[in-house]
This record gives sequence, structure tokens and C-alpha cells, in this order.
Amino acid sequence: MGEQLLQLLFTGLTLGSIYSIIALTLVTTFNVTGILNLAQGEFVVIGALLAVSLQGTGMPMIAVFIVSVILVAILGGLLERLTINRARGASSLSMLIITIGLSISLRGLALLIWGTDTYSLPAFSKGGSLLMGGAALNPQSIWIFALVAVTLAGLYGFFEHTFWGKVVKASVYNQTGARLQGINLNTISFLAFVAAGGLGAAAGVSIGPITMVTYDMGFMLGVKGFVAAAIGGLSNVGGAVIGGILLGILESFSSGLISSGLKDAISMIILLGVLLFRPQGIIGAIRERKI
Amino acid sequence: MKKTTTVLKGKLWIALLLVLSLMISACSPTKEAEVKSATGNEPYKIGAVLDISGNSSSLGVPERDTLLMMVEKLNASGGIKGHPIDLTIMDNKSDETEGVLAVKTLIEKGTLAILGASSSGTSMAMIKTVQSEKVPMISMAAASSIVEPTSERQWVYKTAQSDIVMISKIISYLKKNNLNKIAFLYMNNSYGDNGKKAITAAVKDSGINIVAEEKFDANDKDMTPQLTKVKTSGAQVAIVWAIPPSASILTKNFKDVGLAIPLIHSHGVGNQKFIELAQGAADGVILPIGKLSVARQIPDNDPQKKVLESYIADYSKKYNAEPNSFGGYAWDAFNLLVNALEKAGPDRVAIRDELEKTQGFVGISGVFNMTSQDHNGLKEDSAVLVQVEQGKWKLIE
Repeated sequence: MGEQLLQLLFTGLTLGSIYSIIALTLVTTFNVTGILNLAQGEFVVIGALLAVSLQGTGMPMIAVFIVSVILVAILGGLLERLTINRARGASSLSMLIITIGLSISLRGLALLIWGTDTYSLPAFSKGGSLLMGGAALNPQSIWIFALVAVTLAGLYGFFEHTFWGKVVKASVYNQTGARLQGINLNTISFLAFVAAGGLGAAAGVSIGPITMVTYDMGFMLGVKGFVAAAIGGLSNVGGAVIGGILLGILESFSSGLISSGLKDAISMIILLGVLLFRPQGIIGAIRERKI
Repeated sequence: MKKTTTVLKGKLWIALLLVLSLMISACSPTKEAEVKSATGNEPYKIGAVLDISGNSSSLGVPERDTLLMMVEKLNASGGIKGHPIDLTIMDNKSDETEGVLAVKTLIEKGTLAILGASSSGTSMAMIKTVQSEKVPMISMAAASSIVEPTSERQWVYKTAQSDIVMISKIISYLKKNNLNKIAFLYMNNSYGDNGKKAITAAVKDSGINIVAEEKFDANDKDMTPQLTKVKTSGAQVAIVWAIPPSASILTKNFKDVGLAIPLIHSHGVGNQKFIELAQGAADGVILPIGKLSVARQIPDNDPQKKVLESYIADYSKKYNAEPNSFGGYAWDAFNLLVNALEKAGPDRVAIRDELEKTQGFVGISGVFNMTSQDHNGLKEDSAVLVQVEQGKWKLIE
């Protein structure tokens, strides 16, 4: 029994690490631009699919990772210029609808380029799963956790200790005030999407070895990432990570101990519960923010 | 003024983008085979609804390729008594609702018969429409409930071996090896459910017990929780009813959690993609499958040998890849229909009657003998047991 619980915990952590990294990218864009980017899941997928193609050319995995991140970062910036930037000043709802449009277009594009096949990506490190106390842990999930940790540290350092981080924070709190101070909101929104693209691709290449890659998996990933972010209060970076891990563990334990059919229902019930009773998230007291 | 134009321009861009995205999502890759009538005879219109994109695309794509190849070949050789075939292929995106819409579109176009769909769920969804519109349909999916009970499925036929045929193959293997405690894992959709129904019925009074029963979703990323239950259940063998990618992920997890019991899959994993996606974990997996994958290993006196070899030759010449059993289901569906059309002509009722009279038709999936009680027409001898060995199928009986 103890062995089984430990195995379920490991599985939950693996799933949780995937949800966390996606939640993290969602929250970053949301914090900086006030836009909930529903195309985030597609950035993840395109990053992973690019990696599949690049890997096919015989490039080493580390180069594949970097090139794919750069390409999707460029794509993110390009899309921001072509769509979000042109709708500057539109309501949050319009922005949300634009990102839905982006998501559908990107999925269509991925379908045209890569077709409907499922692809697999090689794990970052060789060797099978690690056995601990009779339970197996997938080494790739350690890589994903490392990515989550590096991203968290990077975001923290950026927002708290750099001039540009403070600029971004200022423009989030008070757009008019920031503009009066000579801060260019255009550039900030552009950079946010570049970062969202790059982080999305990094997430995609890292989770690909576990999840396999299909052109249409972005939607479900996006939904799970959103649930994780909502648990964490939507604007809290640390909360997003904890939310993701909580969600993963809950899913794993509910399917292992109760019934495997309940898994997705449980995450949706949690989302509804959080949105109805604690829209500010269940983790900590989170600052009110105006959008 | 300038402000308004920018706003307008912005809105225009959004509108354009929305329209574009709608177009991309709305237009399924519909392909019409080219129709050339040398003789000037009226073409016979037939339709196909396949799972070309989405979860079951690994089934639908080889089926589409096979159909396109067959139509081209048939029309080049003069069609059916001088009538070329006009085939419309539609993509149901592995979605039941899309499938029904596609069927309705095809029927409105006046198609004589419909081939498809690729998976059990999408096939089941089409049945109501073809039954009420009285259009012959030949499914390429496994679940026996697609053609049963025949009293409510007069218009529905299918080419893939029914799950019950495959299950009896597996049961005889279990008996031979004295394995009587089994764990059954299945996909949470109609393919998995039908596999579960069939195995529950088959083990009744056979001395074999199902000691663990677990399900998972088609887009699940990790089946370790289910497998930990199998591990503690004391099962001597695990049987899985699923298709890739989830079947491949499960196979990987199976190796990761260190389960040492034999792993038996269904014929739903009968394509190279399954082995590829499992990244080496598929070695040792046993499954019942049609003879196509091991065509070179079956004895020369097998009645299907010739048909199998000619299909493999045609397919690999055109697509530079080996065909798989799903393409084989399409080959059978197409040729059964062509057979019926030859005798019946462009008449839906007559085509249906001819399909039911099919006897001794040697196809890719087996030798078909249809009756009014059996709209699949395949028996246990249409399947063989194979084992994956270093990424290749190997005949084990």
C-alpha cells in the first residue's frame, strides 16, 4: 500500500510539473499585459513539433531546445505585432477572443505543416526510470521541475531586481501613470509575448518525451494550465506552480484510489469551486488587481 | 479622424484574422478523387467518412491513402462496367458529431454507399442516419455492436475483425499458458467499452478471473496510477484494449513501473506507429492481428497470401511505406462495395442485398462470409497472434 501511494505521488508530481510550467507561462503574460492568452497551449505544441522536426535533422538535443525556443519566441512577438498590438485599447473580452482566434489559427497551421501524426521526442537524459522505495520516477519530470525552478528564479530576479522588471510592474499597476513617465507599453506587451512564446516552447520540448506530441494537444494542456493558474489566483507566479502540482497530485490520487474515470471531472470541479468561492485563488492572500 | 482610422484598421485586422481562423478550422481536408470517364458513362458516387485528423488519425490516414490508391487504379482500368467511381472522402476529425454531419452531406450529394468510419465511436454515431436514410455503410472499426443486432443494422456492414474474434484468440492463448488471473485495462470510449463487454462475456465460466479492471482516457498522458493497481492485484497477465498514442504511453509506463507479467494488446495497436511511439518499450508485447503485418511469415498455402502480397506491393510502390491493417480494412471495404456494385448497379437496396450475399470473398483482413445474421463475416482463422521483437512483428504460432 505504501509503495502504491508513493508511486501515485510520483505520478502526480510528474503531471503536476507539466501543469505548472504551462500555468507559469499563462500567468506571466497575464501579469504583464492583462491578457489571458488562450493560445499559450499552441505555443507549447508548436515548440514541441518544431523540436521534432529539428531533431530529425540530427541536431543535438540541446541545440534543438535552444533553436525551438528562439523560433517560437519570434513567432510570439510576430503574432503580438500582427494582432494584439493592432487591437490596442480594445476591451479584455476582445483581447481574449483574439487569442482564441490565434489559438485556432495556430492549430490549423500545425495541422497543415505536421499533419495528424503523433510524434515522440527523446528524453533529455538516457536511462530508464529511477526506482525509489519501490516506486518509479520518470527522470524527465526532474528536468521539467528544473525548468520550473529556473523560470521561477528568473522571473523573480527580473521583477524584483532589475530596472526593466520594475518598469513592467509599474505599467501593470497603472497604465496611464506609466505612460506619463515615458514607459512604452507597446514594447512591454511585445516582450511579454516573446517571453510567452519562448517559455511555451521550452515547456513543449521538455514535456514532449512524456506526453508525446500531436498538433491538437494544446487545448487540453491550456485548460489544465488554466485550472492550475486559477487555483493559484491567476496572477501569482508561485501560486501557479503550487496550483499545478496540487492539481497533478489530486488527479493521480483520485484515479489511483477512487476511479480513473473521475480524473478530468475532478479538475473541472476544482476549477468551478475555486472560481465560485475563492476567485482570488486558494493560495495566500493575493493583491487585488484592476484590469 | 486619424484615431478612428486606426481603430477601424485594428478592427479590420481582427475580423480578417477571425475569418481566416474560421476558414482553417471549418474546411476539413476534403479530397475528391479525380473522375475521368473515358466511356462517357455516368460515374457511381460513393462516399467515405474517415478519422483523418484527431485522436484516431493513425487509423484514418492509411485508410484514406488506400482508398485514393484503389479508386485511381479502378478508374484507370475502366471503372465498374465502364462507370468510373466518384469518391468523396470526408474527415470527421475523430468526432462523432462531425461524422454525422459528414454522412448527411454525403447522402444529400446522392452517394450510393458510405465507407467508414475508422473507429468504433465514430462508426456507431453514423448508424442511426444510414439506417433511417437506407444507405449501405461499411465500417472499418472493431466493435461488434456496430453490426449487432443485425435486425437493427440491416444497412451496416464492417470489415475489421470484431473484438469477439480477437478475444477468443487471446483466451485460447491464456488457456494454453495456464494464465487465469487477468488485469484488463481499456480506453474510456466505445472501442474500450466493447472490448470490456466482449472479454467479460468470454471469461464467464472459463475459470479465468478478471482481478483488476482499469480505464483511462484517449488523451491521458500517464497511466501509472492504473498500473500500480494492476501491480497490487496479483494478476498474471495484463490485457489492454486501446489504440496509440495512449496504448504506447501505457506500454512505456508498464515497463517503467517494473511490471514483469506478460502484456497483451488488442489489434488496435496493429501499426508501426505504436512501436515507434513506445520507444523500445513495445518489445515482448503480444497481440492478435490480421495477417497483413506478418504476410511474409504466413505459409504459402494460406488463401489470403496472394491478395496480401499484391496489396503490399501496390501500396509500397505508391507511398513508399508498408501498409498496415487499417489500410487493409479500407481495401476490404472498397472491394466488397465494388463487388456489390458490379452485380447491383447504382441502386442502394440492391447494393445492400448483394453485400449480404458476399461469400468466400478473400480480402486483407480474412475470408468474408456474410449472412443475414453476420454482417462482419470473419471467423477466428482471420487473425494470428504476433509478438513484438526488436521493433518488428513476429508470428508466434
